[in-house]
Amino acid sequence: MEPTVSFFSGFNVNDLWFLGEAALRTLWISMLSISIGTVLGVVCGWILYEGKLAATLTLAPFLDIFRSVPLIIQLVLFYNFAPIVGLNLDPFASGVVILSIYTAALVANVARGGIEAVGAPMRRAARSLGMTYWQDLRYVVFPIGGRAVFPAWVGVALGVMKDSALVSVLGYVELLKASQILITRTQEPFLILSIAGAFYFALSYPISRYSASLERRWAQ
Amino acid sequence: MIEIRDLHKYFGALHVLKGIDLDVQNGEVLSVIGASGSGKSTLLYCINGLEPIQQGSVIVDDTDVHAKGTDINKLRTKLGMVFQQWNSFPHLTALENVALAPKIVKGKSKAEARDIAAKQLIHVGLGEKLDVYPSALSGGQQQRLAIARALAMEPEYMLFDEATSALDPELVGEVLDTMRLLAEEGMTMICVTHEMGFARDVSDRVAFFHQGVMEEIGPPGQIFGDAQSEHTRKFLANVR
Repeated sequence: MEPTVSFFSGFNVNDLWFLGEAALRTLWISMLSISIGTVLGVVCGWILYEGKLAATLTLAPFLDIFRSVPLIIQLVLFYNFAPIVGLNLDPFASGVVILSIYTAALVANVARGGIEAVGAPMRRAARSLGMTYWQDLRYVVFPIGGRAVFPAWVGVALGVMKDSALVSVLGYVELLKASQILITRTQEPFLILSIAGAFYFALSYPISRYSASLERRWAQ
Repeated sequence: MIEIRDLHKYFGALHVLKGIDLDVQNGEVLSVIGASGSGKSTLLYCINGLEPIQQGSVIVDDTDVHAKGTDINKLRTKLGMVFQQWNSFPHLTALENVALAPKIVKGKSKAEARDIAAKQLIHVGLGEKLDVYPSALSGGQQQRLAIARALAMEPEYMLFDEATSALDPELVGEVLDTMRLLAEEGMTMICVTHEMGFARDVSDRVAFFHQGVMEEIGPPGQIFGDAQSEHTRKFLANVR
């Protein structure tokens, strides 16, 4: 009697570590992309707000493209076409580039809304105290406008974190890709996707709780 | 001293100020009255350079406000301004509201700025409210906060743009009292106002604006008792 050969093996504790590590990679690529994208987005939002004609004509359609084309298409296109222009980026770097631009495109509108939320009278009052344009922006417009659009920004950030799952199509082993690998081996999609979902929840929930407590503090 | 010569201001095709000539001496309190849209508020905005002008000049202590090389931010520290809307910074406490500009514009240390702020808040009667956020202050208190904020820059002139117009009637008194206090201390003030009682009792001179022209200027007794211009008499008859 020959022993039966199995290509599958069950889920074990090591696999949990494997998923945990992948969750950290999700966190890392998201944090990096959201940080870079937010800085870029605020600058773009400011340019849109200032509304110099040339900037609006070039920047607004550019951002529209990144906002409108599905992220998965952007990732695949960029990853495959970047080498043609001499950019040899690994999946992680490609993911960061696209996620950052995608974040920036979303944050730009949020940021412009934040600047608009601080009315002209408030800014005149700041300038009347002798503040320069940049001091007004730094000490009055950003803090006040930033608080006004903070919930919208948190929404963008959480969305980008979940969308970072799409980088898996490039082969970067983040949470979703790791789950797929384990599913192939264990044939237990229900269990593993539940665990992956729990990891995503564990990453998002503290952020939304923390932001809610910040909002409550500012509302005083 | 503020010297205004042949000042013309347009908003697009709209001719808002039509050749204003006006001197304000140090220590003087000038009230500017007139109907809405007569150009009174615009005059204040032109004095501290918040609005560009199209013709003429505004000279503050020998500095041409609208000249190219003028450091307008430095000049504005001399010209405190209080607006109809008090515009408190909502993310800062009363003390931080007042301390911000001394710190970042004048480069005072944190401790110095806080001392200045506390002093000015006590000055306007908000000594109890140092660590309160503006959302917890009444309109009248927020307007006094705005006055303290302007005073913290140690200005030589104060410009009031209808400082009491947006307030509930029962809160007007406390703000006028603060303005009266400043006048008694010898502050040079230009007050665009609809408060005829304040204009009559506190000002050294009253100017009446009508459709972008300064129709008449003189001591309160003359303007309120013996106005020369038909428009002035009509306006005063309507507001009283």
